[in-house]
Amino acid sequence: MSIGQAFLGLLESQPRHGYDLKRAYDERFGSDRPLAYGQVYSTLSRLLKHGLVTVDGVEPGEGPDRKRYAITPAGVADVEQWLQQPEKPEPYLQNTLYTKVVLALLTGRPAAELLDTQRAEHLRLMRELTRRKTGGDLADQLICDHALFHLEADLRWLELTAARLTELAGKVRG
Amino acid sequence: MMLSAVELTKSFGSTQALSGASMSIAAGEIVAVMGPSGSGKSTLLHCLAGIIRPDAGQVLYRDQELSAMSDGQRSALRRGEFGFVFQFGQLVPELTCLENVALPLRLDGHRRKDAQRRAAEWLDRLEITDVAGKRPGEVSGGQGQRVAVARALVTGARVVFADEPTGALDSLNGERVMRLFTDAARTSGAAVVLVTHEARVAAYADREIVVRDGKALDLARHA
Amino acid sequence: MTAPLSGVGRPAPAAGPVHTGRLRRWAAEVGLGARLALTGGREGLLRTALTAIGVGLGVAVLLLSVSVPAMLDARSSRTAARDDDRYGSDKITPGDTTVLTLNIGTSYHGRSVRGRLVRPDGAHPVLPPGVRSLPAPGTMLVSPALRDLLASRDGALLRDRMPGTVGGTIGKAGLSGPNELVYYAVRGDLAFGQPQVQRIDGYGSHSPHEPLDPFLLMLVIVIFVVLLMPVAMFVAAATRFGGEQRDRRLAAVRLVGADGGMTRRIAAGEAVVSATLGLLVGGVVFLVGRPFVEFFEVAQLSVYGTDLRPPLPLLALLIVSVPLAALAMSLVALRRVVVEPLGVVRRATARTHRRLWWRLLTPVAGGALLAPLTGSRGDFNQWQAVAGVSLVLLGVALLLPWVFDRIVGRLGGGGALSWQMAVRRLQLSGGSSVRAVGAIAVAAAGTIALQMLFSAADATYTRDAHLDPGRAQSYTVVKVSALATATDSGALDAKLRTGGVTSVNTFRRDSAHFGASGFATMWIGDCAVLRELAELDRCADGDVFVFEHPDLAELPGQTVVMGDSDPDTERPHTEWTVPATARPAKALPGPYGDVTGVLVTTGAAPPAEPAPTFVSYVHLAPGDEDAPERLLNAAMAISPTMDVTIQRSQVRDSTFASIRRGLFAGAAVTLLLVGLSLLVGTLEQLRERRRTLAALVAFGARRSTMGWSILWQTLVPVVLGLVLAAALGLGLGALLLATVNVPFHADVSGIAIVSGIAAGVVLLVTTASLPALWRLMRPDGLRFE
Repeated sequence: MSIGQAFLGLLESQPRHGYDLKRAYDERFGSDRPLAYGQVYSTLSRLLKHGLVTVDGVEPGEGPDRKRYAITPAGVADVEQWLQQPEKPEPYLQNTLYTKVVLALLTGRPAAELLDTQRAEHLRLMRELTRRKTGGDLADQLICDHALFHLEADLRWLELTAARLTELAGKVRG
Repeated sequence: MMLSAVELTKSFGSTQALSGASMSIAAGEIVAVMGPSGSGKSTLLHCLAGIIRPDAGQVLYRDQELSAMSDGQRSALRRGEFGFVFQFGQLVPELTCLENVALPLRLDGHRRKDAQRRAAEWLDRLEITDVAGKRPGEVSGGQGQRVAVARALVTGARVVFADEPTGALDSLNGERVMRLFTDAARTSGAAVVLVTHEARVAAYADREIVVRDGKALDLARHA
Repeated sequence: MTAPLSGVGRPAPAAGPVHTGRLRRWAAEVGLGARLALTGGREGLLRTALTAIGVGLGVAVLLLSVSVPAMLDARSSRTAARDDDRYGSDKITPGDTTVLTLNIGTSYHGRSVRGRLVRPDGAHPVLPPGVRSLPAPGTMLVSPALRDLLASRDGALLRDRMPGTVGGTIGKAGLSGPNELVYYAVRGDLAFGQPQVQRIDGYGSHSPHEPLDPFLLMLVIVIFVVLLMPVAMFVAAATRFGGEQRDRRLAAVRLVGADGGMTRRIAAGEAVVSATLGLLVGGVVFLVGRPFVEFFEVAQLSVYGTDLRPPLPLLALLIVSVPLAALAMSLVALRRVVVEPLGVVRRATARTHRRLWWRLLTPVAGGALLAPLTGSRGDFNQWQAVAGVSLVLLGVALLLPWVFDRIVGRLGGGGALSWQMAVRRLQLSGGSSVRAVGAIAVAAAGTIALQMLFSAADATYTRDAHLDPGRAQSYTVVKVSALATATDSGALDAKLRTGGVTSVNTFRRDSAHFGASGFATMWIGDCAVLRELAELDRCADGDVFVFEHPDLAELPGQTVVMGDSDPDTERPHTEWTVPATARPAKALPGPYGDVTGVLVTTGAAPPAEPAPTFVSYVHLAPGDEDAPERLLNAAMAISPTMDVTIQRSQVRDSTFASIRRGLFAGAAVTLLLVGLSLLVGTLEQLRERRRTLAALVAFGARRSTMGWSILWQTLVPVVLGLVLAAALGLGLGALLLATVNVPFHADVSGIAIVSGIAAGVVLLVTTASLPALWRLMRPDGLRFE
């Protein structure tokens, strides 16, 4: 999962200082593993270098904390594209998907569509696996089934999230 | 498109089951209709099959408008062109499995011998020749569903409507029924409208439609 | 004392308080069942109500039927108490209490009217029951029904026939039933010695109580058994109304932890409560309905509601047996199903092969009981007859399931789809319909047997068929006495010529005897009148004719003695010689049937006796309903003793015809009750099958296919039942006819009528279940998720 896109998404809702950015990220997506400062600043400098963010202003004083970052139009386009692009269905995708949903909600983008797109992608893969399974031998079948069950679990999570989107939006925005 | 629904609305009392649902299905295509329970997917299926009339909107089957047909015409259409598979099979308990499969043919006016011969062929295709003489109460759930599939396809139906066909089965039996069902449907060129809430069952279809709040969404179009 | 009781039937794991505890727990379980019956929500209450109403209807019919003997007893003791027939008894010397009576009974538009003219000999005459004092001259005492009839427009013609105006009513003690037409009037010129006038010194039958005609006794026995057995079977079926649903609920009770025994006790509690409610309903229906029997009349037999009192032993038996039967029924039914926590499994597929031998036992035993009675002409043990008839009829109910299994089991799935579905349905679970049809079969077999008895009765009671309806439809006979207002044929002709009478021919009738035992009736009149009796080639005054009859061939030229061969003290010994020129004559069919004797023209007639008898042949205008009544009025005016016979176009005796109608009405009611239980069964079955029906709708099944299927499903058991019933009914009828010495005679019309009624019931049941079928076949049935 990409911290860069997450930062861009957070910055799109409002410009922030590096420290605020880390705190917002930890709060929403970090759960039990807070970001290291080094990671925060290396990511920010990468985004700066690609022109996706810009330094909005510097407050008096010393250190990188004093810089306030804002998203550039190129950065918005990058977030947009990232959110629209379904993730390749693979195990343990939830973190990325969750980040995407929250950022979509934060930036006022249609989160339901995001979920639907992802869902369609999951099913596309499931259909493919099913086809492969019906044509294959027992070993193929067992391997495909393993993947199918995981995908199904993801899909269920997508459905559940879709059903609770309004609730989540309230939490994220409030 | 062989069968399409245009802006269907239907309510039962104060409950709005469908509010502007549209979808279509091509000949020989297998479409999964998914959605949370109460979303109106069964109502959509019943409207498509001409079992109930929508309050508004059209159902077009090969350029004929179903909602404009009389009950008798729709029944005749169901007898001849459509087939059905339900969650619990809904086999007629007093008839043998063979007679159950032959039932739609007989409803359509075929002679008994002819009907039972064709029914026997279908039992063979679904690998359940051994249950022919048994009553539905004497066979397992999976066998019963395969009898139901045979019954749905025996008339050479062009569209088979399946409502949670594996809902009462464990995953192994469910998979087996789905595999036989979709194989048989593809072989005979029947289109299938498959209502299910299970992704693994829906994965046997060619594409999926999600019914949400009484509206049908064709997700493949967005992608 | 609880310890040994609770130990019955199962091993006691411990003694003492444990048993008391178990008994209490059992009672609690039975109580739970009882509560379920009463508080099971709308469906539960509906089921309980259905059972209670079904049982109640049956119980009411049973109460009514068991009251019939007491009712007939009360009735016959009242009619015996007013009896005044003293023919053949010793002459009674006139005294202060004796009275002269004359029976002037008549009939009015087919209803008989009991009438008596009375003249007291002294100051303190005996009074008939229900009468406090004799009516004043010019008035009469009448029964309430006659009072109402006379006051109505319908009674206008009867008013003219009555000897006076209404002066009071007769009490219940003097009437056989509330609709009986009776009157008493006083007539001062009655005298002993006038025809039919009797002197009595008290009312009440003097002759010993005559035993019921064996034929009638047999009829009563069979009617009872025939009508009561299906009703009892219906009551049993009614206790199982809603049984399927009950089983499902018991399954739910099992799910929460009840064991098999508990389930049975809960079921028992439920059954007993519904049956007891049914008893109450039956009692109420009986008490409320009792007064209404007074509005009904079968065979001119009307009944006082208060006469309907079920005898106590039978009442007690009913009160005990109905809940017990319900209990037994529910336990037997539970043996046939396995109530599992997740549902009810029917043991239908694992059903053991039905055995024939013990089912044959009952009809054979019944036949064996009846066989020795044949030829006994009614001198038999009634209980043996009842047992025999009951066993044969019970055999119908027992044999039916076997026959059903054999025949339906062999039916293939061929034929139309509706037929195939019906046959398969019956093969899978035909039990309930067979039980219901068992009752139909019993009723039908009994009715067919009864019908055979009745047609035998018909043959016996139907008048001679040598009648020519184109000829005189009525004749009157009067013996001239002081009471008569006309004493010669001219006056009679004039008086009888009332509205609606097209012609009157009056003869003087006399009799003569000759030789050792020769006897001849003499018909005296002019040629025109004599032509009414015989084909005469030519006739002139002075001619004499003798009817062609072997006994009369020697008569011409012989001398005969006028009057009966009995020495008739009141008549001078007169001789008369039949002229040798008397010609033979061929009789014409007349209202009497064939007449025989000697025809004498007035010019050749012997002198008339002092009190001659005149016979008038009266032609009535066809289609004039009132003509016979006017004729009866005229006859009453001529003499109260004038006898009037009117040929109805119907040859059949109307009493038997109405008993027949009553029998068929009873059979129809019984079959309707049975139809009700068939209907309930069909509706239950339909409800149970709603998903299947919905699936069939999806497959495009036509309503007509399903409707036909229901019709076949009802029809097949009924037809089988009727065939079996016809066979056993004919056998039983033959046996019964043999017991009363009447030759065998199969009555096709009876079988046809019974089959017709049964077919009607089948149609009714099918039609009544169609709305439910249509409703269940609506596509909404698929919305079960």
